[in-house]
Formats: sequence, C-alpha cells, structure tokens
Amino acid sequence: MQLFELRGRSHHADKAFGWITIAAAGLVLVILGLVAASMTQRALPVLEKMGPDLFTSSKWSAAEDHYGLLAFLFGTLYTAAIALVLAVPVSLGVALFITQVAPRWLKKPMVYLIDLCAVVPSVVWGLWGVLVLSQHFGLGRSFLTAGIILAIMITPIITSLAREVIETTPLTDKEAALALGATRWEMICATVLPHSKGGLVGAVMLGLGRAMGETIAAALVIGSALGQITANPFAPGNSMPAVIANEWGEADDLHKSALIALAVTLFALTIVVNLLATWIVQRGRRHA
Amino acid sequence: MAVAQPRPRPSNPRILVEHRSAAAVEDTPVVFEIGDAAVYYGAFRAVRDVSLQIHEKQITAFIGPSGCGKTTMLRALNRMHDTTPGAKVTGKLLYHGVDLYGPQVSAVEVRRRIGMVFQKPNPFPKSIYDNVSFGPRVNGIRDRAKLDELVETSLRSAALWDEVKDRLRTSALGLSGGQQQRLCIARTIAVEPEVVLMDEPCSALDPIATARIEELMRQLKSQFTIVIVTHNMQQAARVSDRTAFFTAELDSKNDQRTGILVEYDATAKMFSNPADERTENYITGRFG
Ligand SMILES: Nc1ncnc2c1ncn2[C@@H]1O[C@H](COP(=O)(O)OP(=O)(O)OP(=O)(O)O)[C@@H](O)[C@H]1O
Ligand SMILES: [Mg+2]
Repeated sequence: MQLFELRGRSHHADKAFGWITIAAAGLVLVILGLVAASMTQRALPVLEKMGPDLFTSSKWSAAEDHYGLLAFLFGTLYTAAIALVLAVPVSLGVALFITQVAPRWLKKPMVYLIDLCAVVPSVVWGLWGVLVLSQHFGLGRSFLTAGIILAIMITPIITSLAREVIETTPLTDKEAALALGATRWEMICATVLPHSKGGLVGAVMLGLGRAMGETIAAALVIGSALGQITANPFAPGNSMPAVIANEWGEADDLHKSALIALAVTLFALTIVVNLLATWIVQRGRRHA
Repeated sequence: MAVAQPRPRPSNPRILVEHRSAAAVEDTPVVFEIGDAAVYYGAFRAVRDVSLQIHEKQITAFIGPSGCGKTTMLRALNRMHDTTPGAKVTGKLLYHGVDLYGPQVSAVEVRRRIGMVFQKPNPFPKSIYDNVSFGPRVNGIRDRAKLDELVETSLRSAALWDEVKDRLRTSALGLSGGQQQRLCIARTIAVEPEVVLMDEPCSALDPIATARIEELMRQLKSQFTIVIVTHNMQQAARVSDRTAFFTAELDSKNDQRTGILVEYDATAKMFSNPADERTENYITGRFG
C-alpha cells in the first residue's frame, strides 16, 4: 500500500518536472526566435538598399550611405584566429600541467588563479592592452593587439573547461598505459587526449565564440580602421561588435539598420560555429 | 599445532593441493627480496612489516580478507604508487638485488620489466591490434613486421588469437569481459616483461573464462614470474606455487586497521598444514 503511494507520488513529480523542462526549453527557443526575427526585420532596409553588396563589399561609408561589412567580418575572423592560435596551446599546456604534472599543493592555487583571470572585466583587459601592448610595447592598435588581448581573455575559459574534461579520463586507462612502460607524455597522448578530444574541441569552440563576440576590449585596441582587409597583423582594422559599439551613438536610420545587419550576421556566425562544434564533438564520440 | 580434519566439501582448497607434496616447490632464483616493507597513504599505514621472497618462474599468490593490503603490496612491486598522490613505500624492496626505489631507478623502466594486469579489464578504447602493439611501440619498436609478429605471438600466448584474428582492427571494447581480460594479458606480455603482476584478474569473469585464464597462467609460468592477488582460495590452491596470507589488524593506538603478512610458504603447505591459526581459520572459511 505504502509502496503504491510512493510510486504514485514520484510519478506525478516526474511528469511535472518533465513539463517544466520542456516549457523552459521552449521559452528559450521562443525568445531566441523573437530576437532573431525582430533584429532581422530591422536589418531589412539596408539589405534592400545594398543587396548582396552588403556582404561582398568592404566599403563602409555613412556619408555615401554605402554599407559593406566584409572588412568587419574579416576583422572578426582574423582576430579570433590569432586569439585561438595563441590561446589553445597555452590553455592545453596549462590544463595538462595542472591535471597531470603539478604537485598537489600547487593544483588548488593554480586553478583558483585561472578562475580569477576569467572574471576580470573585459574593459580592464582592453585598457591594459591600450596602455601596455599598444603604447609601452609599441604594437599600436592592430589586429595583433586585439588578437593578443582576446587570447588572454579566452585562455582562462578554455583552460578551465579543458581541465574539467581532462580530469574525467578514467584512472584505469591511465594506469594501463603506465603499467606498459609508457612515460607520462606517452600516457597523455595515448589515453588523456583521445579520451578528451570531443570535450577539448567544445572548449576551444566556446573560446572562439567568446572571442568573436567580444566587444569592448576589441573596440579599444583594434584601431577602428574602415575597409581594412590585409594579412598584415600589425595593421589597424575593425571587427563587427567593435563597429557596432563605436558607431551606434551617432547613427541615423539606414546606418542603424546596417549596424543591426552586422549584429545579425555575428549572431548567425556564432550559431554556425556552435553547430560545427557540436558536429565535431559528436563525430569524435562516434569514432572513439 | 593440531592439524584440522580435511573437509569433504569439494570447495575445500585443501583437497586441491593434497596431491602435491609440501616440499615439492623448487628453489628457483629470488626475483623480489622484500624486507620490512610498509606502504602509507598519507598518514595512514595500509600495510606493514612485509618480508618475503618471490621466486623466478613461479606463481606467488597473495590472499587475505578485503582491505588487508594485497593490492597495495602488489602495486608497490612495480612502483604504481608513484602516481597516487600521498602514497609512500618504505622498507627493503630489491628486484634482482637492485633497490626498486633507489634514486637511479626509473619507474618507467621498472614497469616495462614488471607488467601489471588489473582487476577490471581495462583495454584502451582503440583497436585490438593497437592495444597489443601499444607497449612495444612506446618501447621503441616501429618496425611493422616485428609489431605484427609480436601482436600475433602475444595474442596466441594469451589464448585469444583464434577468436580475434579476423577482427584485429575492430574496437577492443566490442570483446566480452573474458576476452578483454585476455587481451589485457596479451597487451602486458607483448612488452616482454620479466614479471607479470595480476590483481584479481578473474574477479569479473565467469567460471569458464576463469578456467581459461588459470590455464594461461600455468603456461605463462614457463616464461614469466607471476604474482597474483586473489580472493578465490581454490584459485590460489590450483595455480600458485607459493602463497602469502595477509590480514588486517586493528592498531589499538590509533584505531587504524593495518595489513600485515601472517604467513608465507609453499602453497601445498599453506593449504594443508599452515603454521598460523589465523591462516588455518581463513582457508577453512572460519574467518573473513
Ligand atoms: N588510494 C588510496 N588512498 C587511501 N587509502 C587507500 C588507497 N587505496 C587503498 N587504501 C586503503 O588501504 C587499505 C588496503 O587496501 P587494498 O586495496 O590494498 O586492500 P586489498 O587487500 O586489495 O582489498 P580487496 O581484497 O578488497 O581488494 C584499505 O584500508 C584501503 O582503504
Ligand atoms: Mg585489492
């Protein structure tokens, strides 16, 4: 009798919990949809005026009412790429050091320190970039300066996630490798990295998303040059979120529409990156 | 000391050793010379005062109730404790006369010579071939033909070749538990070690798979020195030449249970006429 009552109650609770989660997920989707729809709607005027030129032109001039966002798209991808190239090896190295090499007494303080770096406001990193990298080290405002600042900002995030993923490697796998006469590095390559592959890709993609979306730090150090598409890392440039932050204040109607088009493009880009990441992670899982 | 009546139960391990004479065990050269060894986990002393000699090309069994330090002692023999934070091994542990924990001794080299098979089958999430060739590879063998040959001979020695020869490239995780454990044995002997340590290698297996692995151990004995931890006294009686009986004793000073070595002798003697009452009680099932 008591058993029946118990089962009945937990059954109801399960059902209610199921509905709540579905409702929450639905709500998130609805909000995302509304945001995308209202933004896209406001981006339509500039799309009507510019046509495909909006995406293929790198000329951006409020005076001539000509808006092409290619250079900003380039700037966003280029600085994010620089940031990844710098941040990924450092993050992986630090994560491996903390999890596999560091003595116990050093682990906690290091984890704490890195998590602390992750909460430094981006405007602080941006100003530090201006003062130290641009002025003191003479890097000026450029793709490289922005890339370095973004790298510093995403390193703690990637490190933190990578550390958590790496720590899930089963001890039995690691011991199996060591018991066969593997060195620590061989053990890492044979067990830790293959095991964590998917999660590591996810961590890097999250860092990438963060780097692409970062506004204020990039705006401070990238140089705000218009129409710049060049592989020269020392050249000043611009990125999508930085342009929006810089120009929104004094923009008229079509200009505003163009800035919103930038935002929608950035939004789409981050969604693509995330889908790609999910796909890579799942593919990695299937092959493991 | 009174000799207890042999019991008629077929499960009585004593029956299994009756056909052997107590003096039959050969005095082959000493591989491990252990004197007053103790292992600590932090401040906790898990096992103490262990003194015994392990002989070449024989099977030595460690038996005793749960928590008495069998695994702990076994892992001290190939420096597996090096990877456990806080673990410490003290006392004399000589391997062919060389101090295993000496400053010049490399743990990697120790583990290459002294392999280990774990309680739970732990193949890498890789192909069968890659599992077996992992050890030889990290030990510097790159030659394809030599690797192929090693994989085949190791799988044959582990009595697994016929079952897997057509699926060497498929994942090792697709094998049954018993096959996985034989794969782990094959992987261990592919390194051509001198000693194979086995920690309850059959505890996850059914009686048929267990019988196969016991048969395997008897064959491998001609090439390797084997130390096996087992909870199954029939198994110890069936396969081993010498048996060490451990038990845990409560230390009244600090209220800790520390493992000690009670008795070590030829298996036939241990199971027919043990010197210590605690051994007697344990093997006849009156304790533990
Ligand atoms: N990594 C560890 N850290 C702290 N204590 C440990 C650790 N491993 C084992 N111990 C303790 O050491 C003692 C001996 O453990 P051990 O695993 O050697 O026992 P065992 O004889 O192998 O037991 P079982 O038959 O259950 O496998 C136990 O009290 C156990 O709790
Ligand atoms: Mg054990």
